[in-house]
Amino acid sequence: MSIVENFDLYAPRLIDKEEYFSAGHRACQGCGEALAIRLMCKALGKDTVVVNATGCMEVISTMYPTTAWNLPWIHVAFPNAAAVAAGVEAGLKVMRRKGRIPDRDVKTVAIGGDGGTFDIGFQALSGTMERGHDVLYVCFDNEAYMNTGIQRSGATPFGASTTTAPAGVASSGKGQWKKNITEIMVAHNVPYVATACHSYPIDFMNKVKKARSIKGPSFIHCLSVCPTGWRVPSAHAIKMGRLAVETGIFPLYEVEEGKYRMTYRPERIRPVEDYIKGQGRFRHLSPDELTAIQKRITLEYNKLLDKVDNLHSWGELQD
Amino acid sequence: MGEVKLLQGNEACVFGALAAGVRFFAGYPITPSTEIANIFARELPKIGGKFMQMEDEIASIGAVIGASCTGMKAITATSGPGFSLMQENIGFAAEAEIPCVIINVMRFGPSTGLPTHPSQADFMQSRWGTHGDHPVIVIAPYTAREAYRETGRAVNFSEKYRVPVIILMDEILGHLRERVEFKEEDIVKEVNRKGPEAGVPFFPYEHTDDWIPPFANFGSGYRCHITGLIHDRTGFPTNNPEIVDQVMRRMNGKIDKHIDEICRISTVDVEDAEIVIVAFGSVARSAAEVVRIMRSMGKKIGLIRPVTLWPFPDREIKKAAEGKKAIIVPEMNLGQMVREVIRTIEGETPVHPLNRIDGELITPRDIIDFIEEME
Repeated sequence: MSIVENFDLYAPRLIDKEEYFSAGHRACQGCGEALAIRLMCKALGKDTVVVNATGCMEVISTMYPTTAWNLPWIHVAFPNAAAVAAGVEAGLKVMRRKGRIPDRDVKTVAIGGDGGTFDIGFQALSGTMERGHDVLYVCFDNEAYMNTGIQRSGATPFGASTTTAPAGVASSGKGQWKKNITEIMVAHNVPYVATACHSYPIDFMNKVKKARSIKGPSFIHCLSVCPTGWRVPSAHAIKMGRLAVETGIFPLYEVEEGKYRMTYRPERIRPVEDYIKGQGRFRHLSPDELTAIQKRITLEYNKLLDKVDNLHSWGELQD
Repeated sequence: MGEVKLLQGNEACVFGALAAGVRFFAGYPITPSTEIANIFARELPKIGGKFMQMEDEIASIGAVIGASCTGMKAITATSGPGFSLMQENIGFAAEAEIPCVIINVMRFGPSTGLPTHPSQADFMQSRWGTHGDHPVIVIAPYTAREAYRETGRAVNFSEKYRVPVIILMDEILGHLRERVEFKEEDIVKEVNRKGPEAGVPFFPYEHTDDWIPPFANFGSGYRCHITGLIHDRTGFPTNNPEIVDQVMRRMNGKIDKHIDEICRISTVDVEDAEIVIVAFGSVARSAAEVVRIMRSMGKKIGLIRPVTLWPFPDREIKKAAEGKKAIIVPEMNLGQMVREVIRTIEGETPVHPLNRIDGELITPRDIIDFIEEME
């Protein structure tokens, strides 16, 4: 009874009914990334320009002769999303100042996958953050180059099997740890950096809204489950996102002007095995490797908690 | 030999490279060349080689150059957008005379273009993509069998002449699978770069008799000083006009000096032909079919197929085209090789371009219709 009574306050009711990333695109069944983009667009609203790096999302959203985008949208070559977004933002600013376009707060948003963000687009991303453009960059991280058929990237986790880091007799999949892009962005001293996942839609959308309202560069790292590349049933996309968070592998937090805050803190951290065992890309891992992963994840999680507990905001440090 | 295999064009490149001694691959995924990276990732660790996936194509060719400096035979593979990113480093490799091989599986451009469709529009870019006068060799196979052999030849040329060599494939050739029967002439023999001679003073950019200076690998005990600045024979930068002129003429001229070995064309029924088709890559497959069909109809058609695209086989093509009624140059671009053909035959025979830029292959039907209309 009480649930029904309070239904008006149920958060999804507050979400924009308008679809800016519409249905009918060609993403795989259970694609977490397409879901995340749809949510992101709802949080951003119509005064948005989207700059899209090459990747799955560009391909699946614009199959001839259709488009899923109800927003101004530009697809640019793989390395350039952040740089083109910087130009769009600067151009809009000048045109607005000169009175050539309506005086409206239009946000420039660059989006890229993990390949276009961690690897090939990294230089442009760093430059855009450093120059301080009023650009939100959202990285939809599905942890490999899925568009070209599952090649490893700087975001692929340790031990995952990909076509260019295949698991077999001599190799256990990728031998390196995932690049910590969130911390790298924090090190650029930008006002807002956050992690998110489509499995926590309200949390993700709140972060997008916050980033949109901030003047200056901001970055959101959104873990996006890829059933095709991770070798999980498509019905498990949401579950896998939740397990990534609940095992501490992908904690949800934000860093606002230097201040760390967990936006969701699981009461009990589950063992990483709960997350790993359901995925085909990790199927070959030995108990020893699993232990090594658990050790590393615990360390990284504790390092983060340490920052949450001990680091102060820039404002606090100035006094 | 006599071995029969079912091979994809991309796959054949890998095995040709391995046969020539390639043990290092650095690359970045891109359609339609990704299979090359995937297969190298699988094959290289088995034979003590090294596969590296890089963060982009700039890094891919960078790592290839670095590995080559240590004496490894190194290769990368890409397609249009990645090939564009590699141009700066291709110029560096040409200038510093570092052996390397780049496979460009051409896709439809410009920009992202049609990633899964074929094109031949990188013909000029493969030669002139980077700035400045520079030497480069470009080879275009037309079957999986030839992809195997020519990749091997490319690796050997890069080692022998200290030059970047580009294998120009296209999407059709990269992705088709066909029966390959290996014969005696397909055996790839390993050629190694020339090293310093013991007891002789070593200059890394010496103007030797063959114009190819010896290469001292990193770690070989010799002083290595490699730079993208124009340098004298010691490898140190110079802007002395006289030396700059000499160095540039040797560096660019070393290819012409060995042009007989480098240039290769293949011909079909050219001797008595009245009309000759000049085509390369997958379009040459259609052209070969046209020759077969039209010959059976009693028409005198022939095919000239440049296998080495750059340096352009001027002499060979001029000779083969002599006294013909007409030349047809079908290409999947707006007309690039046709310019070279016109230049080569210098107005002796009328040259007709046949271009298709809709992302589809030029079919035998297209060429036959063109010839019939022309007549």
